[in-house]
Amino acid sequence: MDETLRDLGDYIEAVLDDKIIEWRVSFGELTVLANRTDIVEVIRVLRDDPRLKFVSFIDVTAVDYPERGQRFEVVYHLLSPKQNARVRVKISTGEDMPVDSICGVFPGANWFEREAYDMYGILFLGHPDLRRLLTDYGFDGHPLRKDFPLTGYYEVHYDDEKKRVVYEPVKLAQEFRNFDFLSPWEGVDYVLPGDEKAEG
Amino acid sequence: MAEKQVRNFNINFGPQHPAAHGVLRMVLELDGEIVERVDPHIGLLHRGTEKLIEHKIYAQATPYFDRLDYVAPMNQEHAFCLAVERLLGLEVPRRGQLIRVLYCEIGRILNHILNITTQAMDVGALTPILWGFEEREKLMVFYERASGSRMHANYFRAGGVRQDLPETLIDDIEAFCDPFLKVVDDIGTMLTDNRIFKQRNADIGIVDLDDAWAWGFSGPMVRSCGVPWDLRKSQPYECYAEMDFDIPIGKNGDNYDRYLLRMEEMRQSVRIMRQCITKLRQPQGQGPVCADNDKIVPPTRGEMKRSMEALINHFKLHTEGFHVPAGEVYAAVEAPKGEFGVYLVSDGSNKPYKCKIRAPGFAHLSAMDFLSRGYQLADVSAILGSLDLVFGEVDR
Repeated sequence: MDETLRDLGDYIEAVLDDKIIEWRVSFGELTVLANRTDIVEVIRVLRDDPRLKFVSFIDVTAVDYPERGQRFEVVYHLLSPKQNARVRVKISTGEDMPVDSICGVFPGANWFEREAYDMYGILFLGHPDLRRLLTDYGFDGHPLRKDFPLTGYYEVHYDDEKKRVVYEPVKLAQEFRNFDFLSPWEGVDYVLPGDEKAEG
Repeated sequence: MAEKQVRNFNINFGPQHPAAHGVLRMVLELDGEIVERVDPHIGLLHRGTEKLIEHKIYAQATPYFDRLDYVAPMNQEHAFCLAVERLLGLEVPRRGQLIRVLYCEIGRILNHILNITTQAMDVGALTPILWGFEEREKLMVFYERASGSRMHANYFRAGGVRQDLPETLIDDIEAFCDPFLKVVDDIGTMLTDNRIFKQRNADIGIVDLDDAWAWGFSGPMVRSCGVPWDLRKSQPYECYAEMDFDIPIGKNGDNYDRYLLRMEEMRQSVRIMRQCITKLRQPQGQGPVCADNDKIVPPTRGEMKRSMEALINHFKLHTEGFHVPAGEVYAAVEAPKGEFGVYLVSDGSNKPYKCKIRAPGFAHLSAMDFLSRGYQLADVSAILGSLDLVFGEVDR
C-alpha cells in the first residue's frame, strides 16, 4: 500500500514539480503540500492527469494554528476510483490571504468552501456564492477558530412577552471547565496556582 | 392581446414542511411549475459538534457521532474509532470486528428502511412506513440489548466494542433475518411495480457518473450511475474482506434506481449479518471484544473493583483519557448514505486538535440545485427523498 502511494507521490512530484513543496506518506496516507497560489492548477492536474484521475471530490476543510504566521491550513481530500487511492493536498494561508476557489474544477467544492469561510473566515477568490452556510442569519465571528470560545457570545430564547426570539449575551451559571490533567510532578512549565508566593 | 410581463415566483419550502426531512429550508425560484433555482438554507440543526469534540477527550467524542446521522448511529462511531485506532496503531480483536460489522449492517438496514419508506411517503404511499417501522423497532431492540440504548448507543470504542453480546441476542438476530426478508419483499410488492411510485420516481433526478464524482457523491448516489464503488469492497476495513456479498448497481442514475438499489442492499446486509453470526459462533470467533491495552481500553467493572492498578487506569482513563500520537488521518466508512469520513488531526494531547466530519448528505444536498433544475415543483420532494438526508449529519 505504502509502496504504491510512494510511486504516486513521485509521479505527482514529477508532473507538478515546482507547484508543490513536498509530499509524504504517513499512516498509510499520501499528503501533498502545495503552494497557495497554485492550488487550482494542482487540483486540476490531479483530476485530469490520465494516470492519476483523482476525479472524486471528497472534502475541503481548514485547520487553525493561531501560533503560526499563516494561521490556517486548507486541506483538500480527493479520491481516485481508478487508482483506488486517496490524496490529501494542503496549503497554508493567513487571515487576510484569499485562496483561489476550486469550484471551477469541482462544483461539489461550493458548500465545503462556504463552510470553511463560515467556520474559519477564509476567503475564497472566485467562489460563485460565498455566503455563510451553517451559522445563524446575521451571525458574527468564525466559530471553529481556536480563539472563539466554546460557549459563544450570544444565546437565544423565546420571550413570551415580546412574542419573539431574543438574543442576549451568554450568561452561564458556571464557565466551561477546561481541566488540566497533566501531572504536576512531570514537566509542567507554568506556575501552579498558589506556588507564586513560594518564590517571593 | 399585449404580452404580459411574467416574473418568476419564489416560494419557501420548509423548515416545517413534512417532506423536508427535518429542518431544511429551501428557497425555490419557479417559472410556472418548473424549478429554476434551488437555494437550500441549512444549519438549523447546527450544534457545533466539531467544536465540542475539540474540547473533549477522545472517549467523549463517540457519543456525538451517534447524534449526527441518528438513523444509523453506529456507522458513524465506526469511522471515528477507525481514525483513532489508526493513529494509535491499535488492532481490534476478531470478535470485536465481527460484532462491529454485524451492527454496521443492522445500521444499514435501519437507515434503508427509513429512507425507502419515507421516500414512498413523500410521493403518497402511507403503508410502507408503518410496515417498515415495525422492523426498525425490532432492530432498535437489538441495539438496546447490546449497548443499553435504542439509538445513541456509544457502543463502538477505540479498540473494539464496549461489551460482548450474549448468546441469546445472537440467536435472536439470526431469527430476525428470514422474516425480515419477507417484509422487504412485501414492501417491494407494494412499491416496485406501483404505477404512482414509478411515475414519481423513474427518470427523475438523473445524474451521470462524471457529475456524480465531481459533486462528491458517494454510496447509492454513485452506484445508481452504474459503477460498483463500495468502500466495503474497494477499500475493505474491519473484516469486510472475508464477507461474501454483492454490490447492486443502477443503470439510469435516477430516483427509481436508487430505490431498487437500497432494497437490494438490505438483502445483502442480511447476507452479511448471517455470515457474521456464523463466524461469531465458530471457535475463531471467540475471545475478547476489545483490544488488550490497559492504557487505552478502560477495565471492566469487576476488574476495577479487585485490582488497584485497574482502579488507577479506570480513573485516569475517565478523567485525563488516553493521549493520541501527533499526526493526521482520514478514515472513511461506507455508511448507508455514502462515504462518511473523519479527518482527525492530533497534536499528541488527550483531545483531538481538529475533527472534521465529512458527511455524505452534505455533499448530496449541496447538489440539490443541480439535481432539481428543470424539474417540476412536485419532483423536488421526490428528489429530496431519494438523496437520503438526515439533518443531524448535514448540519453537524
